[in-house]
Amino acid sequence: MIDRYRVRAAGPLGRPQWSTSRRTRAAPVPRTRRAESRMEKLQGIGVSPGVAVGEALVADNEGFRIPQRFVARDAVDHELERLDQAIRATGDEIARNRDVVRRELGEEYGGIFSAHLQMLQDPGLRRELDDMIRERHYSPEYAASRALRRYAKVFQNLENGYLAQRAGDIFDIEKRLLKNLLGQNREELAQLLSPVIVLAHNLTPSETANLSREFVRGFATEVGGPGSHTAIVAEGMEIPAVVGVGPFLSDVSGGDLVIVDGDHGLVILQPDEETVARYRYDVEQHRRRATRLESLRDLPAETADGVRIELAGNIEFPQEVAQCVSRGSDGIGLYRTEFLYLGAATEPTEETHYEAYSQVVRDMAGKPVVIRTLDLGADKALREEEDPSLRNPCLGLRSIRLSLKNLPLFRTQLRAILRASVLGDVRVMFPLVATLLEFRQAKMVLGDVIEDLEEEGIPCNPRVPVGMMVEVPAAVLMMDRFVDEVDFLSIGTNDLIQYTLAVDRSNKDVASLYNAADPAVLKLIRMALETANRAGTPVNMCGQMSGNPIYTMILLGLGLRRFSVTPSAIPEIKKTCRSVTVQQCQAVAARAMELENGRDIKSYLRDELKKVLPEMVN
Amino acid sequence: MTDCKAVRIVVVTNPQGLHARPADLFVKLAGQYQSKIEVVKDNERVDGKSILNILTLAAVEGTHLQLEATGSDAEAALDALVSLVEQNFPENGSIT
Repeated sequence: MIDRYRVRAAGPLGRPQWSTSRRTRAAPVPRTRRAESRMEKLQGIGVSPGVAVGEALVADNEGFRIPQRFVARDAVDHELERLDQAIRATGDEIARNRDVVRRELGEEYGGIFSAHLQMLQDPGLRRELDDMIRERHYSPEYAASRALRRYAKVFQNLENGYLAQRAGDIFDIEKRLLKNLLGQNREELAQLLSPVIVLAHNLTPSETANLSREFVRGFATEVGGPGSHTAIVAEGMEIPAVVGVGPFLSDVSGGDLVIVDGDHGLVILQPDEETVARYRYDVEQHRRRATRLESLRDLPAETADGVRIELAGNIEFPQEVAQCVSRGSDGIGLYRTEFLYLGAATEPTEETHYEAYSQVVRDMAGKPVVIRTLDLGADKALREEEDPSLRNPCLGLRSIRLSLKNLPLFRTQLRAILRASVLGDVRVMFPLVATLLEFRQAKMVLGDVIEDLEEEGIPCNPRVPVGMMVEVPAAVLMMDRFVDEVDFLSIGTNDLIQYTLAVDRSNKDVASLYNAADPAVLKLIRMALETANRAGTPVNMCGQMSGNPIYTMILLGLGLRRFSVTPSAIPEIKKTCRSVTVQQCQAVAARAMELENGRDIKSYLRDELKKVLPEMVN
Repeated sequence: MTDCKAVRIVVVTNPQGLHARPADLFVKLAGQYQSKIEVVKDNERVDGKSILNILTLAAVEGTHLQLEATGSDAEAALDALVSLVEQNFPENGSIT
């Protein structure tokens, strides 16, 4: 009897070792090997808080779903038969391709498919699959995916670059084989029937938006950054999400149990029992906390000493208004209109704009809605955003600059906003304003559009309030002039921090330098708030900083009275406001402003919050 | 009855090493023989009839491979395989 043992690939240069015996009963595997933990914890960027534990759906271009991992014992023979048929069908397909390609392009190219066929019919692979189905009762789909991905991973880890590319071949074979196994049963991402965690190379903003809120419990992607629109949508949908994990899809198969930890930016593959138990407990805690916070809905947002705070919501889609309303928001502090442009093959028409805006305004029933004009770059304006980690906090032609250069584009949007302005309390806001001239020019175009509409007899509000985003340091430095020109201001900390510290936070190498608590940033915020408050110009904050309870006290202390946050954060910020007095916050702000580095400041703020609301700090 | 066992050493002279196409040819040829075929590189031993496993050896140009065959046609198998490798994997299988 020959021993048969396997050593799973370990470390970057590990290779599977096989002794090629005939199939015999394996001698007992030494204890140490079997105890090898296969749990993998991967670090990415958490972009939407919360934790999810569930079965993975590995989404490729065709959105395959492996329906089940295991089969019943008495179904094994049938499943083996099914595997056999699928392998044959796949083999036929590949052979057909080979012949066609060979004929048209020659032997070299045909050879690729020849190799594919060889891989598909590899006896070692077949033995593995049979084994998994017979001994472990894996479904053929799950077995095929596991086995092939293991090879793919080994290839990817080889030093030889050429061979590393062969991983792509394996994925190709996997896809074909799965297609044949699943036949008509391919579940599209849009047609899920049970809870899953979606894992993908990347998810475009519209794919993200189309994920079923009922069945998708969380997601993780290999690429992507925190500022990306995908991240924003995930947060809006309130499902835990982690992006920028790096390559990991070859380590996981559909149906595997995975954990997505949006709070810490972790993705855990093959979690061990202890980890699963711990996270399930967290999920339950989260749920309990959310229910407790819901009770705040009808209470006013005000400090413990009775100072009223305006607490509004940030939205991307009309559908999110419902979440704002259900949390008792004071309005929409930021309606990001980019999503009308993303994912569309052509520029949205005035009607498309108008439909979206009017719906939001009506749903908010008289509460203010601030609509921000296009805040994208020229190349993104009409296409899906691709790899966001390649995007710079654009110093180029985008946002208000783009609008001013492309007047038809700008006017279309403004017309729609103005038409919607008669339906409620609508306000217009321009992004990325850096100079007085820019703002005046934009206002002039708005004025023109108002005239046009009046001439055409189309109702609009000629005195629609006009404001701007404060996100360029130049705007803060010129704030004393801007307050004379605007009806309101909105501090956009996401970009303000990037521009002030010259950091691209979607770049993993420097993302840690992005810090809202940096003293330079805080100084600018203080300057903006003091100038606006002195002039009596309403100013709110709509960046992510405003939705983070750690910063609530210092912001209140520096003079902020209006917050616009992602809807899911409304209860937390309300609770924080209600738990502190302005005096207390002013003391915190004064102390924080004395410290000289961002890390110390953040630590200090964290400690202060912990004193007041320990459960807010994780 | 004991099967014959044959062992030979070859060097990969193909500049791109034992990549997909030559691996394919190797495995196709090995499959024509009844014997069990194994390929050994350093401490790794793989099934010579499994293309996936051959590829994981990542045998680049200059690699020494030990071919082992066990079976009634062991010698013939290795003769053929060694020729294939030494002749740099010619396409039209003019080897027997």
